[in-house]
Amino acid sequence: MTQNLPIDDAAAAVYAADFPALDQEVNGHRLAYLDSGATSQKPTAVLDAERDFYEHHNAAVHRGAHTLAALATERFEDARAKVAGFIGADIDEVVWTSGATEALNLIAYGISNASAGLGGESARRFAIGAGDVIVTTEGEHHANLIPWQELAARTGATLRVIPVLDDATLDMDAAAALITSEVKLLAFTHVSNVSAVINPVAELVALARAVGALVVLDACQSVPHMGVNVRELDVDFAAFSGHKMLGPTGIGVLYGRSELLNALPPFLTGGSMITTVTLEKAEYLPAPQRFEAGTQQVAQAIGLAAAIDYLDAVGLDRIHEREADLGARMYRGAAAIPGIRVLGPSDAALRSGVVALDVEGVHAHDVGQYLDDRGIAIRVGHHCAQPLHRRLGVTASTRISPYFYNTTAEIDAVIDALGEVRAYFGLTD
Amino acid sequence: MGSPELASLYQQVILEASKQKHGFGLRPEPHPSNHQLNPTCGDEITLQLVTDSSGEHVEKLAWEGQGCSISMASASLLTDLTAGLPVAELPERIGLFRELMQSKGAGVEDDEPLGDAAALEGVSRYIARVKCAMLAWTALEGAMMESAAK
Repeated sequence: MTQNLPIDDAAAAVYAADFPALDQEVNGHRLAYLDSGATSQKPTAVLDAERDFYEHHNAAVHRGAHTLAALATERFEDARAKVAGFIGADIDEVVWTSGATEALNLIAYGISNASAGLGGESARRFAIGAGDVIVTTEGEHHANLIPWQELAARTGATLRVIPVLDDATLDMDAAAALITSEVKLLAFTHVSNVSAVINPVAELVALARAVGALVVLDACQSVPHMGVNVRELDVDFAAFSGHKMLGPTGIGVLYGRSELLNALPPFLTGGSMITTVTLEKAEYLPAPQRFEAGTQQVAQAIGLAAAIDYLDAVGLDRIHEREADLGARMYRGAAAIPGIRVLGPSDAALRSGVVALDVEGVHAHDVGQYLDDRGIAIRVGHHCAQPLHRRLGVTASTRISPYFYNTTAEIDAVIDALGEVRAYFGLTD
Repeated sequence: MGSPELASLYQQVILEASKQKHGFGLRPEPHPSNHQLNPTCGDEITLQLVTDSSGEHVEKLAWEGQGCSISMASASLLTDLTAGLPVAELPERIGLFRELMQSKGAGVEDDEPLGDAAALEGVSRYIARVKCAMLAWTALEGAMMESAAK
């Protein structure tokens, strides 16, 4: 397959053949899997990588002197290097976590520990308390909202929220007004998992830099779908999950600038993250190991490295372009159906490939059931973003989230079914 | 349009009940009540158990809420079923409905005590929807517990 050509339906079908779970029937129809925003399917190469590790190299990493332990450690660290290269970071700036949720909590608890006086002199830069401000946005996944609510509650700091406009884009005037000198941390998502909004990272980083605030980027919906370079984005921390980018569940990544990671107190403590331990206290290893207490998810890290190889072979630019096309097709088709309101901006340049919508008079669960009857897998509910749904005036929405293995025929099948759903539930206006 | 399986889930009696919402509208005066929320989809219901003056018979349930057609139809059908029933009979009916919902499509031996609510049997084949159907019934259990605690 030519790397230079855009991904068309024929190419997508060839990719899809690498994903065993896509090759099945659901309710008498060939599965159309359009829930990759929740979790992606896995290519054989990823499944094989995990199996190969367990069959040939399985051993505890960073301990033990035997040959398998050395091989396992080497493959584990090679996987870290792979991730680092993928996002433009240095190797010691990549911390393994169970997923983005743990990564974001790691930052919040590290700051919390610094605020409690842990971590010595170098950690003092992170300490926050009454009078300090944390800023996030109304468009966040709960994983990038609740940890900051909790951090504020533990430290006495205040949480401010940048509101979104009716089209779910950030109110940048409000952002400029809210990001004042008291702000110590700004956390926001790169791409919304609901509204598809691609946030203006550079503008937000500039606002944070002007007041000396740390920047935390939720990159869950960007890293799998477009080229992301943390250095170019100039963020301090970024979090994403392996399972949304063809990798296994249970593996995620925290990126942090080296000098910050080495100053931040650890979150989880225990084995493997220490240098010297006495009965009274412990000294910690440098980052990233200081954040990796206990037995690590080795096979999953190796699976994620295989996923990155796969994504690299397809090409992130091609993936981004293909999903934009599929998303635009979905948007046009859905928006043309009477009674359907697509959430988020109409300007395709501001959108990822995700399309969330509201069917007037039909609950999202019922819409999802109708589509499932056709073998179409989409997500319904609040997608872990209740405040955003509330702001947009809906309790729940129906979300179609394509990946590069989806075809235009699958998008058209969704559009056809959506065109019937209101009549099926007795709405004829 | 939909498959026969889908039609057995969304029977006409269910679609109609989801729109008619018998019992919709809370009473202004206090009655034993309960609020239930399905956190995965945001569906919610607040239900009041309104009894006659003796407290021994259901006069009529009163409820408000919003959610999918299954949860709304279930609340409406529960209201129809329970009107005039002895309060003492409610646990058995609720238990039978729960058994039906957990039957994974197998049904129960005798669903006659459930009246039209038995039409919700199709829900039991869709494990993700059982909670939707149970929402009002769980709220009624909660209201009865509040009633008993007084």
